[in-house]
Amino acid sequence: MKVRILYLASLREQLGKAGEDLEISPATSTVAGLRTLLMARGGPWQSALAQGKALRVAVNHEMAQPATPVKQGDEIAFFPPVTGG
Amino acid sequence: MPVRIQTGDFDAGAEIAALRRGNPKVGAVASFIGVCRDANDGDAVSTMTLEHYPGMTEKALEKIVAEAQNRWSVMDILVVHRVGELKPTDQIVLVVVAGAHRGEAFAACEFIMDYLKTRAPFWKKEQTPSGARWVEARTSDSEAAQRWEPPKSSAA
Repeated sequence: MKVRILYLASLREQLGKAGEDLEISPATSTVAGLRTLLMARGGPWQSALAQGKALRVAVNHEMAQPATPVKQGDEIAFFPPVTGG
Repeated sequence: MPVRIQTGDFDAGAEIAALRRGNPKVGAVASFIGVCRDANDGDAVSTMTLEHYPGMTEKALEKIVAEAQNRWSVMDILVVHRVGELKPTDQIVLVVVAGAHRGEAFAACEFIMDYLKTRAPFWKKEQTPSGARWVEARTSDSEAAQRWEPPKSSAA
């Protein structure tokens, strides 16, 4: 299945990428699964997405949890804790 | 629209006047303006760039406004947040709440800012003498937002 992934703010700079369309196996069915998949790329992916890093994820513009399902056509955004206001 | 994201400045007086215009039931207007400081964490700040997540930002702010209207009986709410490059003394954010009485207007205004700071997808990058850096989220902001959560029932 195909999903769109966005990397925002400091995460975009660490990964050198603003986003990508990615074809993933239906077995990668959650936010946690997708994070593990991306970390397996190694290098900055491994370190920037490592467990314990303060990281937020939104699925289709709603804040998500590790167990939030990921489906065909979803937009999944990874970003650091917000600092507006 | 109770929520606006824009690069340009805003006129708080004009926004407040527009929000309560012709509404004789309004007895209190509370407002908050966030402003760009010239220093942060001990370093001088010359400019600040605000980034957001278009699409999600509007939804997140609308959700916060709806939650405030759900919790307090206030009449009208406006949130304006700027993005792009700002410099010290520039205005960043405006929240206006119009209601019948001050207590609810003050509370709703503070609630909106506390939630905005922890839930709306904005990020600040500041330029300091030693280079550009992303602003880190503050624990005090999370704590400020937590006080609006319903009290947890404790078994102990």
